[in-house]
Amino acid sequence: MEKSLIQRLLLSDTGSKILTIVIIFIAIVVPVLNLLVPVDSPLHISTYTVTLLGKYLCYALLALSVDLVWGYLGILSLGHGAFFALGGYAMGMYLMRQIGDRGVYGNPLLPDFMVFLNWGSLPWYWFGFDHFPLALLMMFAAPGILAFVFGWLAFRSRVTGVYLSIMTQAMTYALMLAFFQNDFGFGGNNGLTDFKEILGFNLQDNTTRCALFVASAVALLSGYAFCKYIAQSRLGSLVMAIRDSESRVRFMGYRDEHIKLFIFVISAMLAGIAGALYVPQVGIINPSEFAPIRSIELVIWVAIGGRGTLYGAVLGAFVVNYAKTFFTAWAPEAWLFILGGIFVFVTVFMPKGLVGIYNQARSRNTRKKSMKESQANIRNS
Amino acid sequence: MEKNESILYLNNVSVSFDGFKAINELSLYIDKNELRCIIGANGAGKTTMMDIITGKTKPDEGEVYFGDHIDLTKKDEAEIANLGIGRKFQKPTVFENHSVFENLQLALEGHRNILSNLFYELNEDQRNKIDSSLETIGLEAEKYRMAGELSHGQKQWLEIGMLITQNPQVLLVDEPVAGMTHQESERTAELLTSLATRHSVVVVEHDMEFVRSIARRVTVLHQGSVLAEGTMDKIQNDRKVIEVYLGD
Ligand SMILES: Nc1ncnc2c1ncn2[C@@H]1O[C@H](COP(=O)(O)OP(=O)(O)OP(=O)(O)O)[C@@H](O)[C@H]1O
Ligand SMILES: [Mg+2]
Repeated sequence: MEKSLIQRLLLSDTGSKILTIVIIFIAIVVPVLNLLVPVDSPLHISTYTVTLLGKYLCYALLALSVDLVWGYLGILSLGHGAFFALGGYAMGMYLMRQIGDRGVYGNPLLPDFMVFLNWGSLPWYWFGFDHFPLALLMMFAAPGILAFVFGWLAFRSRVTGVYLSIMTQAMTYALMLAFFQNDFGFGGNNGLTDFKEILGFNLQDNTTRCALFVASAVALLSGYAFCKYIAQSRLGSLVMAIRDSESRVRFMGYRDEHIKLFIFVISAMLAGIAGALYVPQVGIINPSEFAPIRSIELVIWVAIGGRGTLYGAVLGAFVVNYAKTFFTAWAPEAWLFILGGIFVFVTVFMPKGLVGIYNQARSRNTRKKSMKESQANIRNS
Repeated sequence: MEKNESILYLNNVSVSFDGFKAINELSLYIDKNELRCIIGANGAGKTTMMDIITGKTKPDEGEVYFGDHIDLTKKDEAEIANLGIGRKFQKPTVFENHSVFENLQLALEGHRNILSNLFYELNEDQRNKIDSSLETIGLEAEKYRMAGELSHGQKQWLEIGMLITQNPQVLLVDEPVAGMTHQESERTAELLTSLATRHSVVVVEHDMEFVRSIARRVTVLHQGSVLAEGTMDKIQNDRKVIEVYLGD
């Protein structure tokens, strides 16, 4: 019997099944409990929580993009935060233009920070960002083009391993420094903020918040199905082959550098979309998103969840960020130490992450079961 | 030997690494459907010669031609592979986290670009091709096993199987029986001999008994150039060869 595509992508294994069900469930239940259940009911979910969960969904999509290049292609990117931030800035620019003359200075064309810097006119690279379709295009294109240029240079000269990782760190660090500059034209260290509306809807409205939450859930699930499609295709097989033995792939006549570039760009775009959905929910984008430590954190999420499974990355993003929310409220200075500690623990004791533990336990169970069965068979015979 | 019969043609090729001449004015011709053995001590330049043919190393001097007029020095690894030159590495290299079947499937000729791989569906014909490769290398029973679980010898066969599935005109096989039991090497000898009816096969090997069992024509490499060439008998009685290589 032919399975439908959706079945193959989202329900082919336990991890995917659980993930699909959980995401669809929260995408429906959370908005209902926020919008339809009265505030004084114990079942009510606050808008704060909706936004927090929405943030996690964006992080999960980001983790997915990291897993695609790290878990499948074998490139440890320590610069994926840059792609996330670029998508976020593209969205931020659109939201800034939506403010119109409601800014502090009331300038109908220029965002406040430009007025403050005494700029006479809008820089050319801000043109068109008041149109959502163009902004949307840029949410894909900005990270995609950066990834293309970076990857083209790096993969063509066959930079691999640690050197490549260091280059990705340098890339995000350089961008951070650039975005910190006031004359770079993206609001300097304050970044872009004070957004009012998205597509004409007030960003402070609960309904808008819930819509953004649902959009993030849809993006995550689509991103998941998309990555899964790649992973299950012959291209995915090749991608893993490149990870395990790149020269073998090359001597079979494949252009390994093109395949790497393709996956790297796709992954950067996914990260960009995650950033674009993140910004209207948190209400700000600033250069700290480019900080090298942010990109390292992403990798830790994926490592903790379990790389090379896709759902492991999603799980890791949720677990670590939940822990972060919890611990930063309780002991903010300690968080990085805790994260570092967990990371060391995971790399030493659970190299396949949380999902690895589950899979191990399951295979141990089935082994036990089959052993019992065979013993029973012996007794019966 | 006339040039127009040869499929691979190296003329006066030299390459040096940091001043050390690994290949020194090497000339070599391989004919269509020939089975050629290359022997030589460690460091004689055998693997480097394969690196040059497959585009991994660019020669400093000399000509490398495939067929009559394809200049291999101007092509890169993927182009050369697609022209029809396949290679087995000295250290067996298969995709350990893929099944034997998937390993062969990736080797199948055609479909080398990204989009066609993204939307790829295996057809009946291709399935049969993979099955016939499996039969040739005797790994039918291991079809769905992870390549990483195979024994050393089986990995060598799988890699040869991947070459066959790729269907190149020339197979360059670097030390195929290293680490194999006596029986396994005998099977490998049969396999390579049978391949030479449809492909040109160049085998690099240290194991003299193995070479004797398959060789029709043997080339002895020494310090990056050809020391002697001919039948096994001729080689074994060659004074120079006895001096530097076979001599006890
Ligand atoms: N990339 C390289 N850089 C520097 N030296 C190299 C390189 N490749 C090969 N060599 C040197 O060139 C010489 C020939 O090496 P090659 O691997 O071709 O020998 P071989 O005949 O295949 O030997 P073996 O039987 O040990 O496999 C050796 O001395 C080796 O150290
Ligand atoms: Mg060698």
